[in-house]
Amino acid sequence: MSDAVIIASDLRKQFDNFVAVDGIDFEVRPGESFGFLGPNGAGKTSTMRMIGCVSPITSGSLTVFGLDPNVDGSEIRSRMGVVPQSDQLDPELTVAENLLIYGRYFDISRSECRRRTVELLDFVQLSDRANDQVDPLSGGMKRRLTIARSLINEPELLLLDEPTTGLDPQARHVLWDRLYRLKQRGVTLVLTTHYMDEAEQLCDRLVVMDEGRIAAEGSPRNLIDRYSTREVLELRFAIGENDANAATLEGIGERCELLPDRILIYDDDGEEALGEVHRRGVDPVASLVRRSSLEDVFLRLTGRALVD
Amino acid sequence: MSTPTAVRVWENHLLRYRKIWGSHLLGAFVQPVLYLVGMGLGVGALVDRSTDSIVLLDGITYFEFLAPALLATTAMMSGGQTSLWEVADGFIWSHRYVAMASTPLRPREIADGLALWHTTRIALAVTAVAGVLALFDETRTWGLLVAIPAAVLTGLAFALPISAWSSTRKNGSSFPAVIRFALIPMFLFGGAFFPIDQLPEWLQPVAYVTPLWHGIELCRGAVIPSVDAGPVAVHVAVLLAYAVVGLLACRATFAKALRP
Ligand SMILES: Nc1ncnc2c1ncn2[C@@H]1O[C@H](COP(=O)(O)OP(=O)(O)OP(=O)(O)O)[C@@H](O)[C@H]1O
Ligand SMILES: [Mg+2]
Repeated sequence: MSDAVIIASDLRKQFDNFVAVDGIDFEVRPGESFGFLGPNGAGKTSTMRMIGCVSPITSGSLTVFGLDPNVDGSEIRSRMGVVPQSDQLDPELTVAENLLIYGRYFDISRSECRRRTVELLDFVQLSDRANDQVDPLSGGMKRRLTIARSLINEPELLLLDEPTTGLDPQARHVLWDRLYRLKQRGVTLVLTTHYMDEAEQLCDRLVVMDEGRIAAEGSPRNLIDRYSTREVLELRFAIGENDANAATLEGIGERCELLPDRILIYDDDGEEALGEVHRRGVDPVASLVRRSSLEDVFLRLTGRALVD
Repeated sequence: MSTPTAVRVWENHLLRYRKIWGSHLLGAFVQPVLYLVGMGLGVGALVDRSTDSIVLLDGITYFEFLAPALLATTAMMSGGQTSLWEVADGFIWSHRYVAMASTPLRPREIADGLALWHTTRIALAVTAVAGVLALFDETRTWGLLVAIPAAVLTGLAFALPISAWSSTRKNGSSFPAVIRFALIPMFLFGGAFFPIDQLPEWLQPVAYVTPLWHGIELCRGAVIPSVDAGPVAVHVAVLLAYAVVGLLACRATFAKALRP
């Protein structure tokens, strides 16, 4: 018997003739934060909705808290919190009322809902907006409110579908900080994202998803070690000169990626590679040596850049 | 002790209604007053003078004929209107029901909660009309207390089937047509303003299968003692059938929409 919070094996989701999730396997352990990284249409939301017991699985198997979503969906949902991709706040209610009424769906008493509302609004720094309508709130505030709402039942497991998409950098950092604190309290986090930095910041372990399948799995560090070199040399050339230069650069570093706007050379020592570029008489408009990131892992695994 | 799931859903509707109850009840109160004064007293003065009216209206005044029917028509309009944009809103605009469906609440429990709310809201509107009728000597009777549940059932016979249909819509473009081509014609020709035996022969069966006519007969019979409402059990059975089938349909369409 495994003590995993979520176990999926050969999990599939099909809409009419379209296969959105195509046989994926993964396990999420208690207290860990687990990420799905992938481009638009990869099947991240479809997977999250199956875990959230709001979308029946097509085939394969899935257990959450050791329970079957088909049979015990209601009980599973009572023990988890959900931050959907779009906020779904009640526009006719105030900030505080949104939390209160949501707590009532879980059958939490009114007085307890009020107590938790005060606490949660403080946690997401919205106490001063408690009696305001939801509509005029900024995107970041709505997102924070949605996170507060998902915590009203003190969940053991929190599902976050693109928690910070569309937020400015500062708002994202505030959210990351809140999520980090939840993790420290022992809440298991499962999130989707197409931001590399977010995945690196938040995830102990992640899977790279593409076209309904899992392309790789591991910790961010581990994935980078496995699928990329320590450093990357980025070269930019004048428009239309990419191809010609690529031929001359052949053989430098372990691997080379030709992108529409630049050439990436993968080598454990970027400066060394840059020296070789110059020795061959190639003169890029701009060059940059940086550490490998999950972006490079993604490029390697799918042959495509992740688009935001 | 746990709160029944339908009641938890109902609480959301109540909380939002608390912000608009004034205008809703005022509307439910003022509209019938206008019809009663304009049609009941105004047109009634003409109708009652005609020698045929004794035959046509079975010996009651036009005011007595119209007033109780307004309980049923108000129930229909109130129930019908809150089953269009408001229901679709929960699925496609505010996603209220989608959010509820990710909590322990099940789709069919959300449907039951909506039914409970429809009942409450229709009952409030109908009670406001009953309050108006209680102001006039002709209609101030204990029969109003019987007519209220009959009218509420009439409202549900519209609200529940329409809600099931609304929950399957991707937008609200067809909603005005429901009001214009279904509710308003029934309001005008369903037996509230004149007896349906005045309709062309081929239209009369249509009136018999609409819930409104059955609701009007029940309300009229309850409020005006000299009126024979006909087979009460049949009227109730027809209305119940519409409401029950509507509720079952809501449970099914909600499940389909919320569990793709
Ligand atoms: N209810 C549905 N009916 C039909 N197709 C669907 C449905 N939901 C999702 N899909 C399809 O499944 C595929 C995967 O969608 P999904 O929303 O899971 O992707 P995603 O990884 O979350 O993408 P994004 O980053 O854009 O949110 C898409 O091609 C989408 O069109
Ligand atoms: Mg998505």
